[in-house]
Amino acid sequence: MFSLAFMQNAYLAGTFIAIICGTIGVFVIARNLSFLTHTLSEIGFAGAAFGIFMGWTALTGMLIFTVVSSVIVGQMSVKQSRREASISAISALFIGLGILFLSLSNQTSSYATSILFGSVIGIAHADVIRVAVLSGIVILVMLGLYRPLKFDSFDAIGARVSGLWTTGISVIFLVLVAMSVSVAAQIVGSLLIFILLTLPAAAARYFVHTVSKMIGLSIGFALIGVWLGLYLSYVTNLPVSFFIASIECLFYLAALGFQRLRVGS
Amino acid sequence: MTEPLLAVQHLGIAFPNNQVFKDLNFKIEQGDFLTVIGENGVGKTTLIRALLGLVKPSTGQIKYYPNRKAIKIGYVPQFRNLDQEYPLTVEDFVGLNIRGWLPWLTKAEHRQVQTAMAVTNVKKIKQRPLGMASGGEKQRAYLAQAIVQEPQLLILDESTASLDNEMKYELLDLVQNLNQTSNITVFFVTHDLPLAKKYATHYLALRPGQQQFGNMADMSVEQLKEATNV
Ligand SMILES: Nc1ncnc2c1ncn2[C@@H]1O[C@H](COP(=O)(O)OP(=O)(O)O)[C@@H](O)[C@H]1O
Ligand SMILES: [Mg+2]
Repeated sequence: MFSLAFMQNAYLAGTFIAIICGTIGVFVIARNLSFLTHTLSEIGFAGAAFGIFMGWTALTGMLIFTVVSSVIVGQMSVKQSRREASISAISALFIGLGILFLSLSNQTSSYATSILFGSVIGIAHADVIRVAVLSGIVILVMLGLYRPLKFDSFDAIGARVSGLWTTGISVIFLVLVAMSVSVAAQIVGSLLIFILLTLPAAAARYFVHTVSKMIGLSIGFALIGVWLGLYLSYVTNLPVSFFIASIECLFYLAALGFQRLRVGS
Repeated sequence: MTEPLLAVQHLGIAFPNNQVFKDLNFKIEQGDFLTVIGENGVGKTTLIRALLGLVKPSTGQIKYYPNRKAIKIGYVPQFRNLDQEYPLTVEDFVGLNIRGWLPWLTKAEHRQVQTAMAVTNVKKIKQRPLGMASGGEKQRAYLAQAIVQEPQLLILDESTASLDNEMKYELLDLVQNLNQTSNITVFFVTHDLPLAKKYATHYLALRPGQQQFGNMADMSVEQLKEATNV
């Protein structure tokens, strides 16, 4: 399997993706932003379609769309009550735009499915480099911001009253989420992106109780899902996102079961 | 000899169509245990936010000695609902308030966390997820987080409101101990007048448009009640 160049690329890119999604996910869950990862995947789909329509790469289009909109959504989401409805409206608009750009760009429908559902075969060496560079940037920013981000994510009230620059942290974090969405879409596809960004982290918090351990375990769950998913997809010739989604769901259900046992006993 | 810590002079705070304070005056000296009492909505939390610099005074000023930068403030806010599934251990929660840029805690910072947990009596439960802790344990963990940076001024906003009688006194014993042994100045907001009388050295009684400030020794619980009645 590893003698095939595209499988090597897929494993390399998948490893980077699992690491950043596992890490970012811990903060996504802590900040209650799961809904945002859904919206960003839809926006990412439109961005990818736009990128292709313009003759750029799908990744470039995704990055532009998700980063810009995450900042806008971040400004809006201050008013919790208004958030839900406006998010739905934005999702609808962007899915529509994605479909429009795709049809305008004369791409075959297989291209659409690969954006939406991900694809292993499509990953070239240059893609791996792009994924690696973007992941590196995300990780570096995370490391530099680690303590304030941790404080703001796990104790927003405490962080705000202690004079932390919480608005700045929120905006930077949303940009990091947008970058992770764009990067992860390369393999799992934009429709299922929220799986890697939410489920491993949501499962991890039931097993361990410090931020660093949660990040470690969440990365572990994401890595197992991606590695095993790629392998099973290779063997069975079924879509990789199906396997990743199923594996991560299993982890999450196991976590809920574990929590039940512990609280019940 | 006592040294001044802060002075509030002719402070006025106004929200759009709501004047909360007009000409508020009092001062706090190092080592004081000040209790702030008054009805709901009189402006106690707003006063704290002004002390922290989160609300701009519309008139007057708040002076810190020697200056605001030199005074570290620990603050336990009034509302902070962490639900049952809140995942972090008490120890990790306390460590959140350690500032700096390193992703991990240094040895000295780790010791600071241990000390804060020891003096607030949460060391025994430091591995427990905070969501699973009792109301009293949660308040002690908040207190530990507030003092982990070794502040000169500790502000507690109705920290005892949700606690039963026994836990109230337990918490305030810890605060008094910090006040007396570490010389941390305390600013304690409460509705509980007997509690205020027992622990505080000074009082600030707020009423709409009025204030009364002085030594606790001069006041009985009845007089305190009188001073806050609208
Ligand atoms: N950000 C704000 N904007 C407008 N009014 C406010 C704001 N914060 C507090 N208030 C008003 O100021 C008054 C004092 O509130 P607060 O300081 O919370 O009272 P307390 O803590 O004594 O119960 C209340 O009438 C409240 O409605
Ligand atoms: Mg209040």
